[in-house]
Amino acid sequence: MEDNGVKLTEKQQKNRRSRSIAIALVLAALVVLFYVVTIVKMGPDVLTRPL
Amino acid sequence: MSLAERHEMMTGEDATWDGGMGSVGDYIALLKPRVMSLVIFTAFVGMMLAPGQIHPVLAGVGLLCIAIGAGASGALNMWYDADIDRIMSRTQKRPIPAGKITPDEALAFGLTLSLGSVLTLGLVVNWFAGAFLAFTIFFYVVIYTMWLKRSTPQNIVIGGAAGAFPPMIGWAAVTGNVSLESLVLFLIIFMWTPPHFWALALFKSGDYRAAGIPMMPVVAGESSTRTQILAYAVILAPIVVSPYLLGFASPVYGAVSSVLSAVFVALAFNVWRKREGDAARKAAVRLFSYSILYLFLIFALLLGENLLARLV
Repeated sequence: MEDNGVKLTEKQQKNRRSRSIAIALVLAALVVLFYVVTIVKMGPDVLTRPL
Repeated sequence: MSLAERHEMMTGEDATWDGGMGSVGDYIALLKPRVMSLVIFTAFVGMMLAPGQIHPVLAGVGLLCIAIGAGASGALNMWYDADIDRIMSRTQKRPIPAGKITPDEALAFGLTLSLGSVLTLGLVVNWFAGAFLAFTIFFYVVIYTMWLKRSTPQNIVIGGAAGAFPPMIGWAAVTGNVSLESLVLFLIIFMWTPPHFWALALFKSGDYRAAGIPMMPVVAGESSTRTQILAYAVILAPIVVSPYLLGFASPVYGAVSSVLSAVFVALAFNVWRKREGDAARKAAVRLFSYSILYLFLIFALLLGENLLARLV
């Protein structure tokens, strides 16, 4: 943003950083969530089904 | 050329930006966490009472989606209502009127979460529940917030349906459909909403009047509101007891819910009787406070019985 001429205040920069961390954590949690859901939905017999 | 560059060229000075002020906590506040907690609880009860099986992980994801969907509609509600939230003392500290989050940021946040929660619920649990959640968000944001809230004193009567859908969505997550039992859970919250909000409106009517919201005390007067509160309380009582009458709750639930409902009717009668001064205000505050406890206890009872039956 600074490059475009908008000067962020210190508070804006601090809050942007905390929001970025929160978004990263949420994305990581979603990756784990969808992984677990996939395993649950496939069930335990996923490796023994006929090809 | 970016908007910021264009702005700088036009003004000839370094631009400042009023966005990007919101902290993580401000965004959480946009989700109305207190409303969300009630939604999670009632949706969970709907899920537990529903016949059939659902994998605990999928049930957890379903609950998360319902919670996020409810939060998203809260954010969209705050986006649309920022102008009136600025006027009312109860809502002045919300993130948008407080200048911490811009309306555009709240809109983007709300839409993203709405879409994400509906699609995830549809993909992971079932599409009927996903569509039901989408309809609930639409109902709360468009039908209630945009249309009814500012145009009719029946706003919270009809709009209350949005708050009453979560147990039905929870039920639908397990069964993929609706049934008489889930409709009863809906009716309990639906009929509870008017006396709950009108009790609040009685002691906050100045706020609603200043904001131009046609709440019942503002439009029909306090006397009529008190009568309607009592009428709704009397109609609500048999609906609250009906899970026992319909056979999906035990006699213990029947007895306890009857007592809880009798207290609610008595407090509503007190509001109807005391019309002047501090006593009137106290009666309304007492009914409002008890109404939250009442709804919580009813659903906790249904849940407790169900859990006990599973253990035995």
